Amino acid sequence: MAHSFRGGIHPDPHKETTAGRAIEALPAPPTVQIPMSMHIGVPAEPLVKAGEHVKMGQKIGDTDAFVSVPVHATVSGTVKSVGMALHPNGARVMSVIIENDGQDELEPLARAMEWQMMTQDEMIALIREAGIVGHGGAAFPTHAKIRSALGKVDAMIINAAECEPYITSDHRVMLEYADDVVAGIRILLRIFSRIRCIIAVENNKPDAVESLRRAIGADNRIKIDLLKTKYPQGGEKQLIRAVTGREVPPGKLPADAGCVVFNVDTVAAINRAFTQGLPDIQRVVTVSGSAITTPKNLLVRVGTPLSALVAACGGYREEPQKMVMGGPMMGVAQFSDEVPVIRGTNAFLAFSENEDRRVDDPVCIRCGRCVQVCPMRLLPTYLYLYASHDMWDECERMHVADCMECGACTFECPGSLHLTQMFRVAKAKAMELRRR
Amino acid sequence: MNLDKTRHLPVVTSSPHVRSTDSVRSIMLDVLISLLPALLVGVFTFGPRALVLTVISVGSCLFFEWGFSRLVHKKNPIGDLSAAVTGVLLAFNLPVAVPLWMPVVGALFAIVIVKQLYGGIGKNIFNPALAARVFLFLAWSSAMTTWTLPRAVLPWFANVADAVTGATPMAILKEGSTSGLDLMAMLTGQTGGCIGETSALALLAGGVYLLIRRVITPRIPVAYLGTVALLSLLFPKTGSGLDWMLYELLGGGLMLGAIFMATDYTTSPSTIRGQWIFGVGCGVITIVIRYFGAYNEGVSFAILLMNAFVWMIDMAAKPRRYGLRRFARLREKFGAKHAGEREAQK
Repeated sequence: MAHSFRGGIHPDPHKETTAGRAIEALPAPPTVQIPMSMHIGVPAEPLVKAGEHVKMGQKIGDTDAFVSVPVHATVSGTVKSVGMALHPNGARVMSVIIENDGQDELEPLARAMEWQMMTQDEMIALIREAGIVGHGGAAFPTHAKIRSALGKVDAMIINAAECEPYITSDHRVMLEYADDVVAGIRILLRIFSRIRCIIAVENNKPDAVESLRRAIGADNRIKIDLLKTKYPQGGEKQLIRAVTGREVPPGKLPADAGCVVFNVDTVAAINRAFTQGLPDIQRVVTVSGSAITTPKNLLVRVGTPLSALVAACGGYREEPQKMVMGGPMMGVAQFSDEVPVIRGTNAFLAFSENEDRRVDDPVCIRCGRCVQVCPMRLLPTYLYLYASHDMWDECERMHVADCMECGACTFECPGSLHLTQMFRVAKAKAMELRRR
Repeated sequence: MNLDKTRHLPVVTSSPHVRSTDSVRSIMLDVLISLLPALLVGVFTFGPRALVLTVISVGSCLFFEWGFSRLVHKKNPIGDLSAAVTGVLLAFNLPVAVPLWMPVVGALFAIVIVKQLYGGIGKNIFNPALAARVFLFLAWSSAMTTWTLPRAVLPWFANVADAVTGATPMAILKEGSTSGLDLMAMLTGQTGGCIGETSALALLAGGVYLLIRRVITPRIPVAYLGTVALLSLLFPKTGSGLDWMLYELLGGGLMLGAIFMATDYTTSPSTIRGQWIFGVGCGVITIVIRYFGAYNEGVSFAILLMNAFVWMIDMAAKPRRYGLRRFARLREKFGAKHAGEREAQK
């Protein structure tokens, strides 16, 4: 029996176009643009100045804040400029632009000894130094997550659900870098001693399960759980519920439910940091969508402009009407493809048609489909009604803050309401109200 | 091909960036399709006059929907087909011998008063077709309770002067009798009654279609029919419980009501538990009216009564908040532990 949660939707997966394609390494571009903020938390401060020579893997930004990570050069070369530049989130943020000298001269992470000999603190410090953040999209600093969970959790869940349509980067990682994934898990198992580990995979990826099983071998600390294929199965709270039957109390962390969740590609990045001394400077990105000539999975350096990814996929087949960084359900729409790949970028999608059907007069017929699919068990139909009458305190009372903006309600709505968008506003308004 | 930034920029919107293909129109079209079998049986049983009434009813519903939107300068909504569904359901709730102006008055009441004055689709409290039926029933009681026998030859358009009438199954059941009732006739619709309500089989077929197309969930019909079945099984007025239960289930407007009226999106709860409660409530009221009320049939009143409680039911049946333990809301409300906090909040 595949594990699951109540609610959820079944969007058209569109994964077949890229799932069968091996990861291609994209050569580093002539210049990379590296934002100082590619994670949740305090942005890093630039450590380099224009004209300085940097090595690949060299730290170019850092801060003292706990919820933050250092940023590294992803190529070797000369710093061209340090200043504000366009970020995939639509804002201009402090970024370092490096001209690539093509040498890929590596400065590995400083390490005193093999990880088997390191203490827990040393290991967590190394994960921070490597700048590792969650690769699933939200990009929460991994060292902070580990610290918050230490001593409180008995289960480590490796999120390999990859429930968003189109995206197959994690799928390919499991097929091609299964050893990295399992080695990364073993490193984490040393940090969290006496903990069980469950790799949670949606049941539409039997080949990935097979590949992981081979890599795990006889290691009985690591188990694989099959999940029902549905969206948002990979949502942290839904995943915890599906795998352990526990629920994270409102406003609390997964650690409060005794769980810690890592994305499968994050774990592979942890292994690269410990075994190759490689900080978080590269990742696998799915490039797909109807406007892309040859959809592919690419291994790219962080800071590579999206246009370079598109060029490697044969360019645009048609003028894209919509471009999205991330999946079609939770990704961020882009108006330019000159923004860089960041650590949390799992996909770049370009559509020749805007598939988000918008109408002039969205109407609620109270069909209740949003209520049936909401994975957080909210009542979107009533929340929408309250929100559209500016009744933010009522929204607050109905727990709009629980909304994780997965978009399931909006996807399902036959009246084409902009539910998720409305709840983003309502969450902000309710927060404002609470502060007062 | 590169992105040509001089020509236009791609659309930037809030996520999600994909949607399912279902629309109000596609859902209403499915409902219309699911009503076809019952319409065919109705026309076969009661003759072409049944079709004439249905066409008039649908036509006038569409007309009033269009006319009202013209009057208040709203966009013409008839493309969503919800008025057409109301029209068919209204016709289904009329005896075949009613004068032809009756569905026009019913449509006026359903569309303008019950639906549009409340704000249009999705905002009405009561089921428009049912409210109109009850209005006609109270205003023109004798016409609305003149039940012609199946296969009686009626004029297509002229008023029916001397219909050959007969007792409907509901009238017989009201007397606490089952004599003369034929289960087969009730399944296939060969009994007296409204145009669209007589054939349980055709209505069930439509219900199955709606279930397959995921337009409705089984919750409300199962709760409604289940409650009626259970109560009539336990308290038969005569004979064995099982026989009595089948007559109660197949008689009157129960199937039409449970499958097509109580499941109306706008006027039924949207929470899962709420839908169960709603169905059970409809079932109980139906049986109470059938057993003790002044009328033979209680389906319309039962559903309309429950319509009024939808908001309350939904609020009471809210799903358990993610991350809270079972009965957490009850504890929060009534538990001693939180009493102090509540006071402090006040």
